[in-house]
Amino acid sequence: MDDLVVAITVFVLALFVGNEVISKVPPTLHTPLMSGSNAISGITLVGAILSAGTQYTTLTSILGFTAVVLAVINVVGGFLVTDRMLRMFHRKDR
Amino acid sequence: MTLNAVINLAYLVAAILFIVGLKGLSHPRKAVRGNILASIGMLLAVVVTLLDRNIVSYQLILAGLVVGSLFGAVLAVRVPMTGMPQMVALLNGFGGAASVLVAGAALIETVIAGSTPAVDFRIATVASGLIGSVTFFGSLVAFGKLQELVNTNAVVFPGQHPVNGVVALAALGFSIWVVMNPESTGAYWIVAGIAGLLGILLTIPIGGADMPVVISLLNSYSGLAAAATGFVLRNNMLIISGALVGASGIILTEIMCRAMNRSLANVLFGGLSSTPASKASVDAIYSGKVKAASAEEIAMLLETARRVVIVPGYGLAVSQAQHAVRSLAQLLESRGATVEFAIHPVAGRMPGHMNVLLAEADVPYEKLKDMDEINPTFAQTDVSIVIGANDVVNPLARTDPKSPIAGMPILDVDKSRTVVVIKRSLSPGFAGIPNPLFAADNTLIYFADGKKAVNDLIQALKEL
Repeated sequence: MDDLVVAITVFVLALFVGNEVISKVPPTLHTPLMSGSNAISGITLVGAILSAGTQYTTLTSILGFTAVVLAVINVVGGFLVTDRMLRMFHRKDR
Repeated sequence: MTLNAVINLAYLVAAILFIVGLKGLSHPRKAVRGNILASIGMLLAVVVTLLDRNIVSYQLILAGLVVGSLFGAVLAVRVPMTGMPQMVALLNGFGGAASVLVAGAALIETVIAGSTPAVDFRIATVASGLIGSVTFFGSLVAFGKLQELVNTNAVVFPGQHPVNGVVALAALGFSIWVVMNPESTGAYWIVAGIAGLLGILLTIPIGGADMPVVISLLNSYSGLAAAATGFVLRNNMLIISGALVGASGIILTEIMCRAMNRSLANVLFGGLSSTPASKASVDAIYSGKVKAASAEEIAMLLETARRVVIVPGYGLAVSQAQHAVRSLAQLLESRGATVEFAIHPVAGRMPGHMNVLLAEADVPYEKLKDMDEINPTFAQTDVSIVIGANDVVNPLARTDPKSPIAGMPILDVDKSRTVVVIKRSLSPGFAGIPNPLFAADNTLIYFADGKKAVNDLIQALKEL
């Protein structure tokens, strides 16, 4: 149970940190914020890798593999497209 | 130090990189680096996970990583900037689906291992399946609408609310069943299935100008699903990352709702009270008062203008007019005028949609002004050019308390000396109401497609 309380504590504190950090993002960067945070939510990839790698049963391996594919699309696609957008904002500084 | 401790410390570093990376988004100049830091955090998290002792084979993992990376990279490189809302919706959905699968696999593994999972594990698993599935199917519908594969309008049918209520109750009921009977793993997939149906039902009645709210909300869900999966796996990094994304989505959702002066519940369940305006009332507003102008007339106005404000809306994205608009702005500036862009928070189909399009066309971000910043300056503006925007410049929001957009903060373009509206016809915007701005004394309308109209203006200006 202690374990659970720690997890909840971490969750709540992270919500506050998120709130602090995100409210400083200017509206002009809201689209990159969405795609970038989207990529971060692909962190489920870590769990997917464990499911695909431990190979408990064929079923869990298949589930894990599918989850790896979906999460990596989310991660790679999200970070790359965010980079593409942010560079467009950046090049104004010439 | 055990391997486990090393892995967990590396996860902490990854979480810090995510936070620092998001912090970088507070300024366009630091943002590229911030995004790179966050992606390094992700890479670190993946690499240390591969060290986990429970992993017996790497073939599936590598295959999945390669296939997914290729697909993701192709998507990211090929999507046009106008297609960004769809892209974000799709990626959201994939993240949600991954959460459903991971939590399901974890449940099966625990049951096969013969241990009865703890109550909190079961609750987290079900939450992950529920939220993840709503995210996935809701995002697919949002993607379909934005890509115009399915009906883009709000789809409403009689008995919608009772049906949604029943489906929601069913999802909840089966969730409780799974928590009580964790051994029956099949029920978990039933929960995911019903939640998927719920995701579809909740997204189809939302259309057009309300899309920014839905996208933000689904973004938040994808984070919360990841956090729930973190509770399943007892992984603090997942919990932290999920909470960050959840918070981000919630903040954006709130900003979007405030920009429409509507509550979240109203956007999700209320829909606009869209009894289409009667023809008589439309005629009373427009008849005989709408002044159409030629490109030459407008060019002459712009010739002498010292300050010009351009107001883009979704129509700019539809006609891909961003590059033409940039050229027009540069031409006016070369003639000594000041040109700024007024961006309403809900212009377009997702938060920041207009900013990305104009950034693509090389419009400096300093020239993109928020509503609060630009509104006081309209009184000193010689010409405002409205391109493909309607409801966000409708003065009825200020004057008519019975209007469906009453109280919605708008861009006060009607206060500028002259308003030029570029529009294909007088058809109403998403709110379905006429716009008195189009019939105002100081308004000229140029009837044409956005991109063509702007190019015509450029031509006419050069010929003066």
